[in-house]
Amino acid sequence: MQCGTALILGLKTILQVCSVALLELDNLNIAVASKDKLLPVVHDCSLSLAEHETLGIVGESGCGKSLTALAIMGLLEGSQVKITSGSIVFDGQNLLEMKPSRRRLIMGDRMAMIFQEPMTSLNPVYRIGDQIIEVIRQHRRISNQGAKQRALELLELVKIPQPEDRINSFPHQLSGGQRQRVMIAIAMACDPALLIADEPTTALDVTVQKEVLDLMLDLQQRTGTSIILISHDLGVIAETCNEVAVMYRGRIIEKARTRQLFSHMAHPYTRGLLASIPSVVTDTDWLEAIPGRVPTIDEQLSGCAFHPRCAHTKTSCSQTEPPLIEVQEHHAVRCHFAGEI
Amino acid sequence: MLGYTVKRLLTLIPTLLIASILIFLFIHLIPGDPAAILLGDSATPEDIAALSAQMGFDKPLWQQYLLWIKNVLHGDFGNSVFFKTPVLDVIADGAETSIFLALMTMFWIVLFGIPIGILSASFHGGWIDQITSGGAMLFASIPTFWLGLYLILIFSVGLGWFPSSGFPSISDDGGLTNLRYLILPSLTLAAPNAALIVRLVRASMLDVSREDHVRTARSKGLHPARVSIKHVFRNALIAVAAAFGFTFAALVSEAVVTETVFSLPGIGRLVVQSILRRDYPVIQGVILFIVLLYLVINLLVDLAYARLDPRVSLQ
Ligand SMILES: Nc1ncnc2c1ncn2[C@@H]1O[C@H](COP(=O)(O)OP(=O)(O)OP(=O)(O)O)[C@@H](O)[C@H]1O
Ligand SMILES: [Mg+2]
Repeated sequence: MQCGTALILGLKTILQVCSVALLELDNLNIAVASKDKLLPVVHDCSLSLAEHETLGIVGESGCGKSLTALAIMGLLEGSQVKITSGSIVFDGQNLLEMKPSRRRLIMGDRMAMIFQEPMTSLNPVYRIGDQIIEVIRQHRRISNQGAKQRALELLELVKIPQPEDRINSFPHQLSGGQRQRVMIAIAMACDPALLIADEPTTALDVTVQKEVLDLMLDLQQRTGTSIILISHDLGVIAETCNEVAVMYRGRIIEKARTRQLFSHMAHPYTRGLLASIPSVVTDTDWLEAIPGRVPTIDEQLSGCAFHPRCAHTKTSCSQTEPPLIEVQEHHAVRCHFAGEI
Repeated sequence: MLGYTVKRLLTLIPTLLIASILIFLFIHLIPGDPAAILLGDSATPEDIAALSAQMGFDKPLWQQYLLWIKNVLHGDFGNSVFFKTPVLDVIADGAETSIFLALMTMFWIVLFGIPIGILSASFHGGWIDQITSGGAMLFASIPTFWLGLYLILIFSVGLGWFPSSGFPSISDDGGLTNLRYLILPSLTLAAPNAALIVRLVRASMLDVSREDHVRTARSKGLHPARVSIKHVFRNALIAVAAAFGFTFAALVSEAVVTETVFSLPGIGRLVVQSILRRDYPVIQGVILFIVLLYLVINLLVDLAYARLDPRVSLQ
């Protein structure tokens, strides 16, 4: 019996070592420095992303999705948001122990990011071509002419019409959707192994949203980039991701392979999130909102972060915080009653 | 761009005309009679009246204005009551000093204001920032005459490095070494304005550094210095360029004090002395000249602004 468990444990370790994880977050904690204290905003975040895969992160506004993404990308440096503990291992190297100069070699080259705000993410005073060329020349030994050629290819790749003209446009001469395409071109310029897309379509017209999303997936097919797709739209996540992590108030409260999650969702919050998507709820004409509101980060809560809004709250929920437990292989839930409700 | 410039230059004409009327009116509001001042205390009222009539100051104001403006349009600004020479020659004499003083001052403002502002913003919150911001605050609030006198005390009287007053004309005896006469005055004039530029560069860089596109620049893996200069400073420069117009206006008034402290034969001192002498033709000419300069500099600032910011289109 004991021998059996040991064997299984051993096999598991071997499997973990062998599976090619491109990115591994281990118990990442992020806090915001305010006045003289640190307010924790992301708690014990553990995630892993294999090569060529897409990981979705969903959650309501303010739950810490962007901060997690910025932490991975290395863009929290110099702000009042600090990483307090944990590790981020990329390509086998812990990014948090790396010197800034070495980290910058990865940023924009092996790892790139697309932001939530396409209208303001490009520098207004430079031509878009120069903004693409800048990142290419930062990481590749290539002539200006060669980089320009590559920029034209990229503009074509992201389906900007008339790239030869557009390469000389300034950002304000482009629509939001086109600007986000240029951002994608910048991000894909050096063929990154990891692309972090932080709500890349939230600020865009509904009609443009799908085009931009399809473009990203199309590029992924061609280049084999791994993607972290942040969204608060479970529908988008269901269509595009291999694995999903659901966040609530800075905590991962459920994570699983996409099919497993949608067929066996275990956390009451995840279920509420699904019920609030109109396209999934077909037999009702009303929208089910999760009752209550997201508490602000500086409100102290004991026990489960979701218990004030949960329909199944029991006394233990307000006393101890549940750990993230594997209810099945590759399916972890942060709920005391994960198996029961 | 060219069309816009021509259009702006054409609008200068009505502006200058209105300015000329205002100048004329305000100057004649100053109590005192040029003839009386010219003739001194011992003059009899009859003498004064005779001289006044001879210079045309006895006619109604509107007639005096029309006569003056008609001559001005023909390029004749009249003769100085005091020097008895053409006003344009008097202005040209003062302009040499003032132009060299202004250029040197601008040089210091750019040389000190911009790099210190960038340093201050790049290390904001740290000790470099505290020193530079504190220094900027100090220099912005020191009165010009006080700083000028102290610079003379230290560098002319004490160390003997620079002359303390005057400015021998470069065009007359041809030596650019004469510029050393202008070092202390231009530093005096530059200090408060450079301090303002430091604070402006710092504030606008801190504003820009919070913009989303700076995050994009950092995500490209660029060196922080490159992000600072190429992305943050380049955008902050738009606001700084706009402020140079105001800096010029401040320079004009501060130049009056500086030229007096250092006894420089410039335009600023010319204005003050001409007002004391009630030398109406000179005052009118000089102020019209300053207004024109101010308008042209504002036009240049607007053109530079459009150059710096592609979102601005000149219509
Ligand atoms: N620079 C900052 N200073 C202080 N608090 C911050 C800062 N950035 C984020 N926060 C706080 O951290 C929490 C998480 O923010 P984050 O931007 O990660 O949310 P999000 O999940 O991306 O939300 P959204 O869907 O609106 O983009 C929020 O409560 C936010 O107020
Ligand atoms: Mg966000």
